[in-house]
Amino acid sequence: MARLIRTEKEVEGRFEEVWLVVEEDALEQWPAGPLSVVGRPATRKSGPARVRGEARYTADLRFPGMLQAALLRSPHAHARVKRIDLAPALALPGVRAALGPGEAPGLVEEAGFVGAPVAAVAADFPGQAQRALDALEVEWEILDAVLDPEEAVARGQLVGEPRRNERGDVDRALAEADVVVEATYRTQAVLHNSLETHQAICQWVGDTLEVHISTQYVWGVRAEVAAQLGLPADRVRVVCEYMGGGFGSKNGPDEYTFAAAELARRTGRPVRCALTRREENVHAGNRNATIQKLTVGARSDGTIVALAGEFTNSVGWSGWSSYTEGPMQMLYACENLRTVTYGAKVNTPPMKAFRAPGFVEGTFGLECLLDELAARLDVDPLELRRRNYAHANDGTPFSSKNLEECYRLAEKHWERRHEVRARSDAVWKHGVGMASQIWFGGGGPPSYAWARVGSDGRVAIVTAMQDIGTGTRTAMAQIAAEELGLPLDRVDVVLGDTARGPYASISAGSSTTPSMGPAVRAAAADAKRRILEIAAQRYHLEERVLELRDGLVLSRDGNLSVPVEEVVGLLEAAQILGKGARGPNPTGMSVLTFGVQVAEVAVDVETGEVRVLRVAAIHDVGRIVNPLGAASQVEGGIIQGVGHTLSEQRLLDPETGAVLTTSLDAYRMPTMADVPEIVSEFVDRPDEHLTSLGSKGLGEPPIIPVAAAIANAIRDATGADVHELPISREEMLRALEAATRRERRGAAAAV
Amino acid sequence: MPEVRLTVNGEEHVLDAPVGTSLAAVLRERLGLTGTKVACNEGHCGACTVQVDGVPRLSCITLAHAVDGEVTTIEGLREHPLVDAFVRCDAVQCGFCTPGQVVSAAALVAANPAPSRDEIRHAMAGNICRCGTYPKIEEAILTWRD
Repeated sequence: MARLIRTEKEVEGRFEEVWLVVEEDALEQWPAGPLSVVGRPATRKSGPARVRGEARYTADLRFPGMLQAALLRSPHAHARVKRIDLAPALALPGVRAALGPGEAPGLVEEAGFVGAPVAAVAADFPGQAQRALDALEVEWEILDAVLDPEEAVARGQLVGEPRRNERGDVDRALAEADVVVEATYRTQAVLHNSLETHQAICQWVGDTLEVHISTQYVWGVRAEVAAQLGLPADRVRVVCEYMGGGFGSKNGPDEYTFAAAELARRTGRPVRCALTRREENVHAGNRNATIQKLTVGARSDGTIVALAGEFTNSVGWSGWSSYTEGPMQMLYACENLRTVTYGAKVNTPPMKAFRAPGFVEGTFGLECLLDELAARLDVDPLELRRRNYAHANDGTPFSSKNLEECYRLAEKHWERRHEVRARSDAVWKHGVGMASQIWFGGGGPPSYAWARVGSDGRVAIVTAMQDIGTGTRTAMAQIAAEELGLPLDRVDVVLGDTARGPYASISAGSSTTPSMGPAVRAAAADAKRRILEIAAQRYHLEERVLELRDGLVLSRDGNLSVPVEEVVGLLEAAQILGKGARGPNPTGMSVLTFGVQVAEVAVDVETGEVRVLRVAAIHDVGRIVNPLGAASQVEGGIIQGVGHTLSEQRLLDPETGAVLTTSLDAYRMPTMADVPEIVSEFVDRPDEHLTSLGSKGLGEPPIIPVAAAIANAIRDATGADVHELPISREEMLRALEAATRRERRGAAAAV
Repeated sequence: MPEVRLTVNGEEHVLDAPVGTSLAAVLRERLGLTGTKVACNEGHCGACTVQVDGVPRLSCITLAHAVDGEVTTIEGLREHPLVDAFVRCDAVQCGFCTPGQVVSAAALVAANPAPSRDEIRHAMAGNICRCGTYPKIEEAILTWRD
């Protein structure tokens, strides 16, 4: 039965109170450990199509008469369009329409950063559209720009109110502490750089707007396009079967979609608007830079008595201030805590969610601070973490937490540090470091799925979700196959179209498997019940003595054993339709994911070169549905994390605010040659309080502890405290020099 | 417009295209071979890799009129054992770079059927994968004949 509840909903660490209609999920959890299909490695359902180049991405779609749109972007960090003349562009060959500021949502008159879109054109060919942009005549009024986040905070130029959090008495605890460590950490802006750039094709089919878009959330695009264009939601159909990476940057439609929709309306033709790679490096979102001023106070035995932090998120011209203080608030038990977080509104491109927004940055600061404390106290870093283990989240119990088990599994990797350090020579210093991980990832309702069983005994799971490359298609098929007692190759998943399937959750915030999995299982269980009802009547048996296993309908006494297609074959061309919904999350509990990573590095103390040689990752995300896909998620997260730590940095011209790193040559992402040895392990225990599946999400956890684990390994190798990302050679040499000066001072003091 | 003559996956094509048209544009827009992806369009990422006479070539910065050998795209390599190896090893996440990876890997194993890890890393370093499937790609290439 549908039930209306008032509840807190979390996406990417942002909470809001919402009304939710939920349906109870009455199924019992499966036993822990590998089952027939769930918990066993499965290759991707869409693997052959993707590898063979048959999968059709938005970038591959072409419609008859399709026009190409291009966007005019501001060359100034802050300026107003005083006058714009579209006529010279419209006079050029092949140009079919042009839009100025205000003529489509997202095309602005006041540009708040270099790259802000102000006008759009549509032409027969991409080259014509580009030439039309050059022909647009714009007169700009230059406005005052602020690029420095600290200056913005000082001026009170903020996105939202400062976020303050306090418990206990921090000042007293710090005064009474045996040791106080203070440090300032800085993290850089990094770019998603999905290989398929942001793009959409809009076409009107009758009075319905069809949007083909590379997105992580077809329903979110539908809602926002409908709202922005003033259309009934049912008059917008959003389609995305395959998409080439998102990492949080493709959660909504943005100006390229709105411009394409309006240009399509004006011209009566399909319009494609695709960002170039250069635009992608400017305007597709970023993980914003942060400044974190952190303090920890502890007793000499390592017990943390106070934590304090002042966090500045350099949000950009718009966006939201991510939860950078989250790890400090939740990772360790600490009675006295005070944080304040400022979202600085600056004239730079807006941030967007990027794989655990805030927590990647905040974990770098906190977990480096912890190791600086461990060094000061001469306590083993793993021991320090265990000593401050949080058994509740500020009073709220965890639905499940197996971080202690993660630490236990990490011991064998941690113990390698003596042997690793011994490999050091005069130039290359080796060391081992660790960092813990905490994040959300519980998912939630609403999410729905259908299970359509044909007379051939094949099943289609139909739900309008997305597979952004994480392998959720396969995980959903595994869950349905398990419930229906069918081999995996008998189950397909139909997804990615709001007109062909029920509502499904966003593919962000590590939420797809925990949100969709229980809905898919419920749909499969509903279909199973109907199959057994038919079988019971056909063979004159009671339903309760029947079960589905290995593609057979079986009676418990063994007298009946028929292929399932003999029963569903009675339907001829008709089908069985099972329906399922995601039940609510447990009330009064914190649903979180945990983990620990151990990194091994080598540092060239003469040049400052850092090489990451090995990363061991142990994560606790509840039940693992597909160990093969899960390992891929961990490897991908760690590799992206290595890039964030060592080489990636969006650079701005400090005078003009223009992005300088607009090509993949200038913006340096990891290649195969940069990849360390990666070892991944999972605790793999279902969360007994979370749904009938007990699974949490894994997309984000693996990237969270990478930077801190590497920085802590660098300290172990060299004694240098790294305080800034990326750890370029310059930053590494600075940290080494500071360590040498400190050592000299220490030696002088000892004399 | 000057004529372009191409042999692609064993088929001959003759078509007209403006001077300056890239091989990638001809493959994708004129021949419908969309397995070749364009991700940066300036020769930095490897997604558009095809083979010309068996040698990897970045089709987004190759002029269609200047191609002087037989072109092989992912569509011509669909039966290559590497395809199964990539699927088996889970060497694919979003899949946008994957056709280019397979084309590069196919050129590598044609020249060197049993490459070492270092040789694989050297040969494949020009193909960027933002999802980070590199360890699985390495495994797929190491085990492509299994």
